[in-house]
Amino acid sequence: MIGFLRKVLAIVHKDIIAELRTKEMFSSMFVFALLVIVIFNFAFELRVANFKQVAPGVLWVTFTFAGMLGLNRSFILEKDKGCLEGLLLAPVDRSAIYFGKMLGNLIFMSVVEVIVLPIFWVLFNPPLFSPALILIIVLGTLGFAGVGTLFSAIAVHTRAREVMLPILLFPIVVPLMIAAVKITGGLLDGQPLSEMRNWLNLLVGFDIIFVTVSYMTFDYVVEE
Amino acid sequence: MNTRSLTASSILNGIAALAVLIALYLALVYAPPAANLVGAAQIAQRIFYFHVPSAWVGFLAFFVTFVGSIACLWKGGRQWDVLALSSVEIGLIFTTMVVFTGPLWAKPTWGVWWVWSDPKLSTVAVLWLIYFAYLMLRNTVEDEARRARLAAVLGIVGFLDVPIVFGAVRWWGQGVAHPIVFGTGGLSDSPRMLITFLFCLGTFTLLYVVLLIQRVRLEGMRHEVEWLKSHITDHE
Repeated sequence: MIGFLRKVLAIVHKDIIAELRTKEMFSSMFVFALLVIVIFNFAFELRVANFKQVAPGVLWVTFTFAGMLGLNRSFILEKDKGCLEGLLLAPVDRSAIYFGKMLGNLIFMSVVEVIVLPIFWVLFNPPLFSPALILIIVLGTLGFAGVGTLFSAIAVHTRAREVMLPILLFPIVVPLMIAAVKITGGLLDGQPLSEMRNWLNLLVGFDIIFVTVSYMTFDYVVEE
Repeated sequence: MNTRSLTASSILNGIAALAVLIALYLALVYAPPAANLVGAAQIAQRIFYFHVPSAWVGFLAFFVTFVGSIACLWKGGRQWDVLALSSVEIGLIFTTMVVFTGPLWAKPTWGVWWVWSDPKLSTVAVLWLIYFAYLMLRNTVEDEARRARLAAVLGIVGFLDVPIVFGAVRWWGQGVAHPIVFGTGGLSDSPRMLITFLFCLGTFTLLYVVLLIQRVRLEGMRHEVEWLKSHITDHE
């Protein structure tokens, strides 16, 4: 168990070190997220009567689009440099590769979200902040990274590569989006989390089911 | 492919074609008009006899793909991949029919072409998108073994997502907008409607099976041609 954990963390460590050296993925994710928020700001403010209503949706679309960038890059870099073969040759269980990659994606997305959230707060000025919001963002990102890692591994083996990932991923994460936006909206309106237990169950259920299925099928996706 | 199985499937094709014609007659002429509707909505109600069986086939096809995908990964073998692919293609056609006939019914009945708050509509929309993504994925991978594996994974993940989408939208929506048809006050009150509906359900299922057989056979022939082609060029 500890051995497995160490292998997972080794992969995460590799990804973080590689990213710290170039800061390429992080900066592009961050700038993209910023641009998305600003564009939505303009797109909605000029027309929508109650601007605050769209806030949860905008937040999650921003996270989704920025996350997409991160997911794409993580596997494309591996494939292009031949790292994927190296990982497969190493004496690691394939699921360790999956969890390592997923954790790496989770961390990168979280860093971007931590920076985007205050900007979102400034632009949309929601009435109150609930600590439960952090929990929801973590759960949502977890589900997104869970399925996204599997699908980016699939996408990287196709001809269309980056284009394939959104086509595969977006329909699948629809329930995740619905639940996340619903709960975020409720929290920003002041509802306690206990009132939205249904949605929380859906979120957690989605995470559990899809991380499990992704981990079980990852082997078939990467094997040569 | 021996002549006996060819004849058997030809007979099946003939039965399916006849069944479709009978189903058309039943749905458009035999079934009585709905008593609680008027005007355009009353005529549009007849779409129900083709709309619901199409949706049923769409889900059935996806389930067959799910089973085929699991078997493909677990046991291997081309035939499971062929089954999964064929089922997706046919399922996509039927799901497209659902998405097409739905708004045609909805406009006279609800006044709008589409609502997102009804779980059935959203589920079918997502189902269509996943089907389409499946076919796109297959188009972009050249290596046959890899294509089968990747598509199988999508088939599994996609199928598991469908009931979750349904549940999610059910909680989200303001209740079900579709009329409740089964049970008291619905089909069971009118035997002619019930017969029509059940016949159409059977016809569409038969149509699905017939198309599936043809598609699987076609795929087998295509594979054989490719094999022959590669062997001819080898000998030159």
